[in-house]
Amino acid sequence: MAQLEEVNYEQYRHLVSERAFTGETMLLNMGPQHPSTHGVLRMLLELDGETVVNAIPEIGYLHTGIEKNMEAKTYIKAEVMTDRLDYMNTTGNNLAYCMAVEKLVGLDVPPRAQAIRVILTELQRIASHLVFLGAFGLDLAAMSVFLYCFREREMILDILELCSGQRMMTTYIRPGGLWRDVPVEFEPAVRNFIKIFPKRVDEYEALLTKNPILLDRLVGIGILDAKTALSHGVTGPTLRASGVNWDLRKARPYMGYEQYDFNVPTRKEGDTFARYIVHIEEFRESLKIVEQALNKLPKGPVQSENRKFVPPPRAEIGVSMEALIHHFKLWTEGFPAPKASIYSAVESPRGELGVYLEGDGGPKPHRIHMRTPSFDNLSVINKITQGHLVADLVAILASIDIVLGDIDR
Amino acid sequence: MDKKLERIVQTLQEQFGSSIEEFRDEVHVFLKAEQIVDALTLLRDKYEFELLSALTATDYFPQLTPRFHVVYQLSSLAKNITLQLRVPVSGDQMKVPTATRVYDTANWREREVFDMFGIEFEGHPDPRRILSPEGMEGHPLRKDFPLGYEEPQFTFNYDDIDLKKIYAKE
Amino acid sequence: MGVEQKLGDMGIVTTKLEELVNWSRTNAMWPMLFGLACCAIEMMAAQASHYDMSRFGMELMRASPRQSDLMIVAGRVSRKMAPVVRRLYDQMPEPKWTIAMGDCASCGGVFNNYAILQGVDEIIPVDVYVAGCPPRPEALIHGVVTLYEKVKGEKFKDLAKA
Repeated sequence: MAQLEEVNYEQYRHLVSERAFTGETMLLNMGPQHPSTHGVLRMLLELDGETVVNAIPEIGYLHTGIEKNMEAKTYIKAEVMTDRLDYMNTTGNNLAYCMAVEKLVGLDVPPRAQAIRVILTELQRIASHLVFLGAFGLDLAAMSVFLYCFREREMILDILELCSGQRMMTTYIRPGGLWRDVPVEFEPAVRNFIKIFPKRVDEYEALLTKNPILLDRLVGIGILDAKTALSHGVTGPTLRASGVNWDLRKARPYMGYEQYDFNVPTRKEGDTFARYIVHIEEFRESLKIVEQALNKLPKGPVQSENRKFVPPPRAEIGVSMEALIHHFKLWTEGFPAPKASIYSAVESPRGELGVYLEGDGGPKPHRIHMRTPSFDNLSVINKITQGHLVADLVAILASIDIVLGDIDR
Repeated sequence: MDKKLERIVQTLQEQFGSSIEEFRDEVHVFLKAEQIVDALTLLRDKYEFELLSALTATDYFPQLTPRFHVVYQLSSLAKNITLQLRVPVSGDQMKVPTATRVYDTANWREREVFDMFGIEFEGHPDPRRILSPEGMEGHPLRKDFPLGYEEPQFTFNYDDIDLKKIYAKE
Repeated sequence: MGVEQKLGDMGIVTTKLEELVNWSRTNAMWPMLFGLACCAIEMMAAQASHYDMSRFGMELMRASPRQSDLMIVAGRVSRKMAPVVRRLYDQMPEPKWTIAMGDCASCGGVFNNYAILQGVDEIIPVDVYVAGCPPRPEALIHGVVTLYEKVKGEKFKDLAKA
């Protein structure tokens, strides 16, 4: 492994302004280990006193080689690695991967599985926004919000544990449907959550939204206009806070989202406060979707009947010869995919999560690339931080809502 | 395919002489490396493709011509359509003109393609590695780069692996 | 380290003193904020109100390595991050302990490839390994209590020789 050497400033000459080399401005390293960066992000700051002249992010400290590792596993076994990309949105990552595989091989998903997928993904969106809010408050030194948010998150993690046995990396959503049907306690637990959550959102708002200190720190800071945002590939709540009404759940509906009635919160100002308000509004919209999906939950199977791609249930293996053969072939060899490539995208809590999947006729993917939203969302930070103070940089970084696992893959 | 998309694809075919491929309601347009910047400028200005969703590459080793395909995934918010452009790159001449003047998102994404595959983008303002450590040799996502798999330790080879593994003692 | 080297082995005085020193070390051990990936979220959940770690003496997490005694490596360590981890470990003052939280820090986890260290014990010595992907907050607390048992069994003779 490489040894740490003395930093040679010449390598940054094309990134920072000339004033750094005359000594007028200071080059400071906001290192990989820092309490306010959301993970291992390194920022090279060029400071004129306390004002930021340039803020250059350096990434790659969490590079895991997931894309190459997935090429060595079959389609079903590679799904395990997708949870660990954007670890705040684990069911959403599973959903994006499964939708890509289903599109590539042409697999159907029964309506009950679609509805449960929607419920779990929206609950995961609420959980991810709760961590956003907690970390946001923590970075601005409002520490009680952190404790409140994690209290609600425990309720959602209990629901996920009820279905799949795991709190975070569930791998519950599989190609062709779900792993197994939800247990009987699922519906009362979700209804209980729907009953108590709206008041909790009002509690967070009472703590933060009209707080004069927060308004002073956030309004007018880090303004991102729509044209720069689109040119940089920004999507998700960060784009919606800049005035562009673009949500993949409404524009290209998937998994039956067209049946549910919800709004897409947008704001025009594009500053940090607008991004915070968009996240709070998304809590309420996601809860609406969960309630509608739970009321309309259809009965039926939760897995596709196509045994060439979906393993049969254990009870069938004892009585049917074909089921045994299918089970054996799927778990040892895997299913073949056509020699073609597709791109399929879903709306994650951070933006557009796309999967570019290419098959080559064999059981393992030839190339899989995950288009992760935080990668592009972070690239815009230099433009919007110039001229602000270092404390504002912390607030802006918290409001863009990045996850380093997403960026570095 | 979509009516709006048909007209756009036809214009691209006439102007650049490109071939197309369709699969499950997606359209892939093949272009040459010299034409890509003009095509992206045309699509962004005239046909309102504001968002470059993804920029990545695929390796088809051991086939050497073409060895790589660079893939551009474009998305139009106004018209709600998507389009994919593919640029075949041969194994001995791995250079493609940069798209940073057209879309800012290409800045980091092209650095990632360079880091993982070794394809150089001419005219890129910051051609450094982005995800791998500095000074690393080799490009990880090529098919001839090994996975770096470490043999798992079971009971039958417990001692052999123990001897070879590095442990920090202090 | 002053006290241990001067006292050496003086019978019952050292045993009572050892007990006092180890008790005080376990009662207020401050971890360093070193969450790398998914395990960091479970570490944050363990610190939050449902599974409170302040009951075990870890009232707050120090961001600076110079002010902490425990390094909980939570998450996967990539090859680019490895020299940084080593440098942070060297910056911590003695006595220091390490917990490798999660499968990726213990043995490489799901990722058996070119980019991830197969266990953080390739670069720093580890006292307690906590398994799980990610480990539940209760599992992390069990790991912390196991570390306390280990610290309570430390003797001055071993520390004086180090």
